[in-house]
Amino acid sequence: MSSQPIISVKNLIKNFGQIPAVKGISFDVEPGELFAFLGPNGAGKSTTIKMLTTVLEPTSGDILLNGFNPVEHPAAVRRSFGIVFQDPTLDNDLTAYENMEYHAVLYAVPKSVYVPRIKELMELVELWDRRKSFVRDFSGGMKRRLEIARGLLHHPKVFFLDEPTVGLDPQTRNHIWNYIRELNTRERTTIFFTTHYMDEAERQASRIAVVDHGTIVATGTATDLKAQTKTTSLEDAFLALTGKVIRSEEASAADTMRAHARAWRR
Amino acid sequence: MNSFNATLRIIYTLWLRQVKRYWRSPARIVGSLGQPLLFLIALGYGLGAVFQQAGQGNFISFLAPGIMCMAILFTSIFSGIEIIWDKQFGFLKETLVAPVSRWTIMFGRTLGGATVALIQGVIVFLLALALGFHPTNFWMIIPALFFMLLIALLFTALGTAIASRLNDMQGFQLIMNFVVMPIFFLSGAIFPLDKVPVALAIVVKINPLSYGIDAVRSLLVGNAVFSLAVDATVLIAVGALLMTLGAWLFSGIQA
Ligand SMILES: Nc1ncnc2c1ncn2[C@@H]1O[C@H](COP(=O)(O)OP(=O)(O)OP(=O)(O)O)[C@@H](O)[C@H]1O
Ligand SMILES: [Mg+2]
Repeated sequence: MSSQPIISVKNLIKNFGQIPAVKGISFDVEPGELFAFLGPNGAGKSTTIKMLTTVLEPTSGDILLNGFNPVEHPAAVRRSFGIVFQDPTLDNDLTAYENMEYHAVLYAVPKSVYVPRIKELMELVELWDRRKSFVRDFSGGMKRRLEIARGLLHHPKVFFLDEPTVGLDPQTRNHIWNYIRELNTRERTTIFFTTHYMDEAERQASRIAVVDHGTIVATGTATDLKAQTKTTSLEDAFLALTGKVIRSEEASAADTMRAHARAWRR
Repeated sequence: MNSFNATLRIIYTLWLRQVKRYWRSPARIVGSLGQPLLFLIALGYGLGAVFQQAGQGNFISFLAPGIMCMAILFTSIFSGIEIIWDKQFGFLKETLVAPVSRWTIMFGRTLGGATVALIQGVIVFLLALALGFHPTNFWMIIPALFFMLLIALLFTALGTAIASRLNDMQGFQLIMNFVVMPIFFLSGAIFPLDKVPVALAIVVKINPLSYGIDAVRSLLVGNAVFSLAVDATVLIAVGALLMTLGAWLFSGIQA
């Protein structure tokens, strides 16, 4: 791999007030990779993605995405990526189709392209028949499917998916991953995703970074990680790397702090 | 497709979203007419006789332009504040990561919110007619619409600017009591400016809404305090300032 990395991160740090969320991580992603972030709850995966996508400003550290720094050139960075956030970002008071169209126009996809593509994608996630329904009437899984379809509408250089397939049935997950992989081969789109499904990471990722407590504890292919930990499954490798302690207690303490931080902000 | 056309389509789409959300919620339309109606009836009929005795003429006719502008003020500020909902429901992130300049987002949203407020102002105009409001010349509503739009743009931008610094609806009461109500009551909406104490007159002159009401009132029933040129200049200047401020605060949002 001699090309310039499409994502380059050096010593990235993010503190929320006193709470450190990302503690100095560094990694590179090459163009066309399917790169996965794996890590327990609260590891700092979403926070890192938010910094890469101009949503949050880093406390310190350097990021280059498609050659641009998100803090200095947010517009250029925004033109380079697409994203499906972990939390829902749909307008409940618009119909499914209107949500798609809003996205297409904001990303300057020409009408002659987006009209057939919206149909194709909504058929892919089996929502075409429900295109005129208001999103507020959708189930959680339907909303998720719509968000993924929307994210795929414009074809960016880098595509971030933060736990895209949570709550989706295996058929839909399969459909969606086939589409993403096709996009990856056909347009050399770089895919950066997070997941808690080990099988998904093993099947889809060309390279995996395991994140824990705001740092990267291992990087490599699924095979590398298994070899490195002398385990036979990615799940065992993951547990060997991140320990068996459940993060819920810690996360809930952090969440309480986070609620306080939010209430007192400004 | 050139980028100018693309920008226009983005502004249109942002505008359309605001208008659709308004149109689809009849409860909100009817609900926000309650207050102006109450003011027209209670003040218009309640104080009408006193006003006439003081030699000031027909109070409903004096009051109606003020209440039209009040409806515009309230609806605009709320349209702007709607951004807080977008933050809480996550939709704002979808807009914020889009490759669109913050100024375009601000402009499209503001235009949409202002359109909604303008419609609300027109509905109050029609209600006032039904309650006995006699404009000197009915057709002067057309130039008055221009000033109503300026008022709507200015206060939607103000609402948006305030809301980009808030994270939940808890600040709502604060905005209501310390921004919206003072702007309304200290604007000449419900009393003539020629007999008020100097201190109050100064406050009124600082308030941009006063200029909007002055323009709408002088077009519909006469008695201007400032000139239309002054009114337009103040509204456009303050509106542009708030729009710029809003776009700037907007680009500072972290989600
Ligand atoms: N806005 C915020 N304010 C304060 N703390 C935050 C905020 N966002 C995240 N955090 C904290 O930062 C840490 C990392 O959170 P993050 O959402 O990045 O985890 P994650 O790896 O995505 O976890 P999950 O798998 O549960 O999605 C957590 O401790 C979280 O509580
Ligand atoms: Mg997360």
